[in-house]
Amino acid sequence: MQIALDLPDRGITALFGTSGSGKTTCLRVLAGLERAQGTVHVGGECWQDDDRRVFVPTHERAVGYVFQDPSLFPHLSVLGNLEYGRKRNKSERASADPRAVVDLLGIDALLERSPASLSGGESQRVAIARALLAGPRLLLMDEPLASQDLARKAEILPYLERLRDELSIPIIYVSHAIGEVARLANHVVLLEGGRTVASGPATETLARLDLPTARLDDSGVVIDARVAEHDETDQLTRVDFGDGSLWVGRVNRPNGASVRLRVLARDVSLAREPPGRSSILNVLSARVVDLRDDGPDRVNIRLSLGLLETPMLARVTRRSRDALGLTSGIAVYALVKSVALVV
Amino acid sequence: MPSGSDLVAVVLTVKLASLTTLLLLGIATPLAWWLSTSRSRWKTWVGAFVSLPLVLPPAVLGFYLLLWLGPEGSVGRITTHLGLGALPFTFAGLVVASTVYSLPFVVQPLRDAFEAVGARPLEVAATLGAGPTDRFFSIAVPLSASGYFTAAVLGFAHTVGEFGVVLMIGGNIPGKTRVLSVALYDHVESLEYGAAHRLAGGLVIFSLLVLFALHSFRAQPRPF
Repeated sequence: MQIALDLPDRGITALFGTSGSGKTTCLRVLAGLERAQGTVHVGGECWQDDDRRVFVPTHERAVGYVFQDPSLFPHLSVLGNLEYGRKRNKSERASADPRAVVDLLGIDALLERSPASLSGGESQRVAIARALLAGPRLLLMDEPLASQDLARKAEILPYLERLRDELSIPIIYVSHAIGEVARLANHVVLLEGGRTVASGPATETLARLDLPTARLDDSGVVIDARVAEHDETDQLTRVDFGDGSLWVGRVNRPNGASVRLRVLARDVSLAREPPGRSSILNVLSARVVDLRDDGPDRVNIRLSLGLLETPMLARVTRRSRDALGLTSGIAVYALVKSVALVV
Repeated sequence: MPSGSDLVAVVLTVKLASLTTLLLLGIATPLAWWLSTSRSRWKTWVGAFVSLPLVLPPAVLGFYLLLWLGPEGSVGRITTHLGLGALPFTFAGLVVASTVYSLPFVVQPLRDAFEAVGARPLEVAATLGAGPTDRFFSIAVPLSASGYFTAAVLGFAHTVGEFGVVLMIGGNIPGKTRVLSVALYDHVESLEYGAAHRLAGGLVIFSLLVLFALHSFRAQPRPF
């Protein structure tokens, strides 16, 4: 395994890759649960340095770990589980304020319950709170949504977004689900066969044509945007980004709120002239940056929008590419169906 | 009416079994923990040795213990040197013999219980700041409670049932090494079947109670 990571100290960094790419191993090595050759430095502390024969054992690392299944201690109540880490936090490092953590994860009503009586989603939220209450310097999450059904995932995701936005410690989030990565990650690291293939902000990395992510069915960019206005009659919201706007289905966020847009490549169509009357609400001027074949019949295209060159991906058939004469550098119109946008 | 000497035998047996069980719980805990968590290459050998009393004929065990604990044996020499005399034919010798004889019956349930805990709860505890000893006492032991119960019950019951080893190491000294099983044997040899019935019947009832307790501790049946 050969991984060199240099990661931001806030927000969520996603470790993305297929099974066997080494993502979980990487996380376990960071936590000290497994040992690999190398060095690990977190927030100025050295946790492992083979050259100087330093290896800090797991229980002495200020690391929080959320496993794929909640793994709550069955012989303790929810409160007992939460207290477990807090009692052992030896340093004056602000053990996150218990009130704040309980509120953040919405588990106030669960404190007296026993772990066996909780649903999957509730258990996982308790597990996250438990990890936070131990006062970690780094939070590691190993596919925390993998064992949850769709409804539970939808329930937990907003809490994870709040964690990302409100925690002052970095989170490393392992996932093989590009949807989760797109929704949560500030920074993306792509792993393949135990090696780092790419590392960069989500908005840039997911827009790269040269990575396997571009060839996924759900490939597409994420765009950081702000709510600009709501149209109550038609129940639509306009969001501004870079120097462009998009209309999406009404979002329940106030004007000025930051939102993250996900635009799937397969939902972006291209035209050489402004389309006449069509049902598509969003027509953006763009420039073709690059094209890359994807299988026998299609092509992935990287576009750049406006002066700030916001990237966007589009997927068209080869026939269309040839018929429209799409090549690098030409100006086109990107058509994005508003109902296809995920906020 | 059980005779006075029979009552003495019962009390002696209970003393022996209790002492042995307590001793074994203390010895077996680190041993079972090591067996369940170690990756050392000695693990299989140690496991095999611990299980020996399960397969060895008690007479063989008794014979070798007699040799070792006797004045000429490796252990016997140390005890006589320390002024303790030789262990065979003493209550203390019985305790030592019973500890060896019942060892696997206490180690195995503990080892199974520790293995059933699995690695995950211990990894979680480590990430929450618990060191190895802390993890053992705060997580492994509570989660192995039923294993401890089984180990204690089995160790006790197995020691009560000892015969061959006890006879070889202890002889048949009333008040000192004449335990229940030996007293029973005596009664049969002397054709005192009434007394033999009382003792044997008592042991059967005791065994049934033990098994009942063990079985009621098994996991709840699944709904389907």
